[in-house]
Amino acid sequence: MTLMDTIRIALRALVKNKMRAVLTVIGVVIGIAAVTTIVSIGQGASRLVNGEFENLGTNVVLVLPGSTRRGGVRQSGAPTLTAADCDAIGTDCSSVLAASPIVGTSGQVIFGNQNWNPKEMQGVGADFLTVRNWSLEAGGFFSTGDIESSAKVCVIGQTLIPKLFRTLNPIGELVRVNNVPFRVIGILSKKGANMVGDDQDNVILMPHTTVRKRINGSPVDHVHAIMVSARSGELMAAATKEIQSLLNERHDVGRNEEADFSVQDTTEIAAVLDIITGTLTLMLSAIAGISLLVGGVGIMNIMLVSVTERTREIGIRMAIGARGKDILRQFLIESVVLSCIGGAIGLMLGTLMSIAATYLINAYKPGTEWPIVVSFPAAAVAMGFAATVGVFFGYYPALRASRLDPIDALRYE
Amino acid sequence: MALIELRDVRRVYDLGEVQVHALRTVTLDIKLGEYIALVGPSGSGKSTLMNTLGCLDRPTHGSYRLDGDEIVTMNRDERARIRNKQLGFVFQNFNLLSRTSALENVELPLLYASGIPSRERRDRAKEMLGKVGLGDRYHHHPSQLSGGQQQRVAIARALVNRPSILMGDEPTGNLDSKTSREVIELFRELNEERKITVILVTHDQNVARNAKRTIVLRDGEVVADTTDFERALVSLNNEPLG
Repeated sequence: MTLMDTIRIALRALVKNKMRAVLTVIGVVIGIAAVTTIVSIGQGASRLVNGEFENLGTNVVLVLPGSTRRGGVRQSGAPTLTAADCDAIGTDCSSVLAASPIVGTSGQVIFGNQNWNPKEMQGVGADFLTVRNWSLEAGGFFSTGDIESSAKVCVIGQTLIPKLFRTLNPIGELVRVNNVPFRVIGILSKKGANMVGDDQDNVILMPHTTVRKRINGSPVDHVHAIMVSARSGELMAAATKEIQSLLNERHDVGRNEEADFSVQDTTEIAAVLDIITGTLTLMLSAIAGISLLVGGVGIMNIMLVSVTERTREIGIRMAIGARGKDILRQFLIESVVLSCIGGAIGLMLGTLMSIAATYLINAYKPGTEWPIVVSFPAAAVAMGFAATVGVFFGYYPALRASRLDPIDALRYE
Repeated sequence: MALIELRDVRRVYDLGEVQVHALRTVTLDIKLGEYIALVGPSGSGKSTLMNTLGCLDRPTHGSYRLDGDEIVTMNRDERARIRNKQLGFVFQNFNLLSRTSALENVELPLLYASGIPSRERRDRAKEMLGKVGLGDRYHHHPSQLSGGQQQRVAIARALVNRPSILMGDEPTGNLDSKTSREVIELFRELNEERKITVILVTHDQNVARNAKRTIVLRDGEVVADTTDFERALVSLNNEPLG
């Protein structure tokens, strides 16, 4: 008897008891649907997180000022980093692709009779776009020359255009930032909302020298942070080390002294977030898996009933030459077919549910692009799991059937 | 060499407190092409002997050679193979699979005899049903067939794998006298024209009379083994002395 014959017999046996088969299968359907939905939402979450970090820039390392110690007093957040530090990182560290100083400020941008307070107003270096993996929609970016000469030019995010310029082309126009006139020379490409839902296009970028001197009015060459991107993901650890030792040297940090800066590798944060979403997904899947287990017990129960009910059939089959293993195979395949049908329905249901869930999330949190993830490996695993449930819970009833004595089975009423 | 050789076959059921000797000692030979009726009162051991001959049961003692192969030392799977290839069963209550068509019921033994393509299975089953006169009932389910028709499906199923022995356990027990005669006629035909060895357990004297050899059992022992049915009848009706 071929496998196809056996599957055909199993299907026929199930069709004979449609209602029972449907009720039995529901347990597995719910289990698989729950696991699929949760895994798919979880993968969506982790993809969202990862996308966020890619948006932030590729392989970004942040250098932030640390605490300083003067006469025993620890002062945190003191400006300790300079633009010269940034230039040194850019030229001396071989694993570093680009580095840009960041000087933050805040205030109002005015154009004509319109005004707007961008969420982020930053003074940055010429390599900022490379570091952040960002591109321009139109116009240009400020050059090294603009930075050296503290040129009064700016590049704006797309959110600003409707607020200030309406339908006008912003490029070449003069805006006033805290009453200092800046010429708009470029428009950034759209980046959308980040994971917290903040609009990342609500931004205005200016040369860091200009921000420091004209807006913040600070005479010293201090920057608030240095944003660095490594040449590749693998080189991030190397870049972090190089920056650390370079700045230790430049800042005269002794062997056992606390550094007055800190270097943060964003992949670490991404990894932690990944672990959190991963753990949550796993935990919820485990809970959902319990329902699969319950479904399996349901299958076992029904298979035991079915074996008892069909004792006579088993006897007949044995009398005409079915071996124990033929009977075992017949009942095992019946339960596997049952659980696989359940698995397939559950998979479809789960996929629909996760798509629905994604739409709901996106509807409740506008601006978020929670990705729809239908993972084929996960589907394969789910089906495999369903089949395993069938084998595991079908084996005992099948074994019982195969061990029946043909004479007793034939006499069974 | 006989087709079936039983030597000092005993079957004891161990029920814990008591031991039931269903077969005390049976020694007999059956040749290819014989037509045998096993008769005896209830509890005489004829069903046990039937199950033993049919390789459904295994004697607790003695030797059973079927076509030269020792059955007693075989395991379950080997005996299943023998049942599939060499033996065909017909039961009192037909024992067809319900909600399964006549054709599929007949195909069943071929399904368990590995290596027969489904096309050939179908053809052979159809041919067999035609031979028992049910060529127009392929797709009827047992519940849609009369008792006689069901028993003929069962006979077709028993013969589809071309066994050398056909065994019947009260094959006419559930049939009215007219259909009984038809079934008996079918057995005779199979025995005479196709040289199939037929062994029947029966209470029905008409069935037994039709056989060419009658074996009478009482209390687990063969008390008569004769080709003369009247003599068998005498020893069957003879209460043992004491």
